[in-house]
Amino acid sequence: MSNEWPLRSSTLRERSATAVGDPVLRANVGAATDRFRTKRTSALARLHDPDALRSAARGVRGDILADWAATLELLADNVQANGGHVCWAPTGADANDYIASVAQRIGARTVVKSKSMATEETGLNEALAAVGCDTVETDLGEWIIQLAEEHPSHIIAPAMHKNRDQVADTFEAKAGMTERVTEPTELVAFARRELRRRFLEADLGITGANLGVAETGSIVLVTNEGNARMVTSMPRVHIAVMGAERIARTWDQADLVLGLLAKFGTGQTLSSYTTVLSGPRGEDEADGPDEFHLVILDNGRSDIAGTEFAEMLNCIRCGSCLNVCPVYHQTGGHAYGWVYPGPMGAVLTPLLASQQTGHGPGEDHHAGELANASTLCGACMEACPVEIPLQDLLLGLRRRNAEHAGLAERSMWRAWAAAWSRPGAYGASATVATKARRLAPLLGRLPGGSRWTDGRDLPDLPARTFRQRWDAGDV
Amino acid sequence: MSDAPDRRPDGVERVALFVTCVGELVEPDVPVAAVRVLRAAGCDVDVPEGQTCCGQPAWNSGFTADAAKVAGTSLDALERAVADGAEAVVVPAGSCATMIRVYWPQLFSLAGDEAASDRARALGERVWELTELLDALPDERLGLGSVEPCAAVYHRSCHMLRELHVAEQPEALLARVDGCVVAEWAAADQCCGFGGTFSVKLPEASVAMADEKLDVLPEGTEVIVGADASCLMQLRTRAGARGMQVRTEHIAQVLERALPDDRGADA
Ligand code: SF4
Repeated sequence: MSNEWPLRSSTLRERSATAVGDPVLRANVGAATDRFRTKRTSALARLHDPDALRSAARGVRGDILADWAATLELLADNVQANGGHVCWAPTGADANDYIASVAQRIGARTVVKSKSMATEETGLNEALAAVGCDTVETDLGEWIIQLAEEHPSHIIAPAMHKNRDQVADTFEAKAGMTERVTEPTELVAFARRELRRRFLEADLGITGANLGVAETGSIVLVTNEGNARMVTSMPRVHIAVMGAERIARTWDQADLVLGLLAKFGTGQTLSSYTTVLSGPRGEDEADGPDEFHLVILDNGRSDIAGTEFAEMLNCIRCGSCLNVCPVYHQTGGHAYGWVYPGPMGAVLTPLLASQQTGHGPGEDHHAGELANASTLCGACMEACPVEIPLQDLLLGLRRRNAEHAGLAERSMWRAWAAAWSRPGAYGASATVATKARRLAPLLGRLPGGSRWTDGRDLPDLPARTFRQRWDAGDV
Repeated sequence: MSDAPDRRPDGVERVALFVTCVGELVEPDVPVAAVRVLRAAGCDVDVPEGQTCCGQPAWNSGFTADAAKVAGTSLDALERAVADGAEAVVVPAGSCATMIRVYWPQLFSLAGDEAASDRARALGERVWELTELLDALPDERLGLGSVEPCAAVYHRSCHMLRELHVAEQPEALLARVDGCVVAEWAAADQCCGFGGTFSVKLPEASVAMADEKLDVLPEGTEVIVGADASCLMQLRTRAGARGMQVRTEHIAQVLERALPDDRGADA
């Protein structure tokens, strides 16, 4: 886990308080997630039975991962049969080393990338900088945040937290925009001109992979900007970095997944560009790279298989759970501290982190506390195209955290359970509570009391408990 | 998830009330109202001795054994009531009803007590969220009159909506109350931001979530009605801190006010 991410240097509360205190950020995230939600709702309204599709997709993802190792082998074999190279990368560092060695071998100076969360996970751009490569992100949102020296805040709309004025500011400050424009079409035109030049210079193109399809050894890239087509066809060498779980065995399975990805993610019937790549340029083909490499990134994924969290591997990275999450709505993605935000990030980050830091499962407090970034409202479960029970997984992570909780917290719950499992003691605590009425004004001054009272009144406590009224015959 | 559609409560006469800890300690008017409304609907209401809390605070914090210990106490008490003849266990809080019906079997199972898990599953068949039962009763059993005219909105609390799948019932009941006008609320099914310990673990986000709902209250809203006292407490205390004039009221209390004279009151 790259150290520059704020996960290790701040608490979840600090980060979320900072985000909530930024009204522009909240307005930007709120407007963008609302747009996604509206579009998704209308895309789903065109479907005959979205819930049936969701459960079919859950089944398909489950089938694929039940046969995970063999499917990956088949994919790797077919990629090689198509003339490509395959790198199995157990860790992010292994992936970076392999890619850096390819870059050095071909003498790459300029590297163009299309959006890839897997390479955010490995910190690839820094690794390439270390071997002297100038890496340029070509997805508009990614380019914006690269220029702004920030991190993505959404898995499919990395610069969602910025509005067009802020984008124009970034272009003026970092990309040499001399005549300020703020209309989206003009901003896109500016980016297109700047990036076109970089595409022509590039020796190496790097993409993620939305899906690898084992039966033909293909990878599928989905974009709305077409930049992935340039990244994969203009440079001499193309490397695709695929999270090891992002596979399908057959095209029928891929078809289902890709349709859901677009509908649940952006509310499109299908994304504007769906690119299928099967190896380097063949002898009779007009374009395509001379070399194709597929990096299959594990980085903690295989540790999740077979655990109570295994369904998280079914995630197709559509972003739907982020868009409906009321916590994400307030904080945006940076509050989650690492690559993956929102409900899927609150689950996945702790699962990947324990492997990466050498901590045992649940021992990494910084990552583990992300499970608290939820009211358990269930909106994410309802929105997930592959029916991942995100809320149950969050609860599972909280149980895991509880096993490693400090003595004070454990004692508090134990004392609570001892009192409230005895009706007599419960009745006594009820009486204490009504007595506490007079103390209530002090509550806000107790340690931690301000966590309620900053921004909220104290609730009035009643003069008599329910049981007192019942026993007195007043009900 | 919901087995509600198949459950025919027409003949239910003996009811055990699960008070909930919030009802016991913070909002006793809510269970009191629930008792009166159930009586008005012709039910004989018992409040079983020995019940405490459903265990949800510890369960949601990951402390399974502690949650099971507390929930086990309430399971014993509710089971005794059923053995004594209660046909339904009624819970005037969507979130606690969800805990009992949806999560208790898993809770006890994870705590290593499969017998309690089976007992919880059996008990769950008889557990109803208050409005779920009231709405399922034949209309003539619960005569609802009118209340002082008020401009209301209804907050659809998360667990009740998405896990218990009790969605339409509360508003169907309110529609039977003359004078209580429930307006469309764009944020009706958005989370209030309470989330138990979430409210103090991430207080800034919690308050902001309440604000997002309060900001879009229809002009002139006088009261936010809901079926979970804890959500209402979150919304009320935030609205109070903002100096907003809006009140909150549990649906049991609205229905109680709508009872034709003297029905439901014991004395
Ligand atoms: S968890 Fe589900 S909703 Fe969230 S990104 Fe993954 S597939 Fe989409």
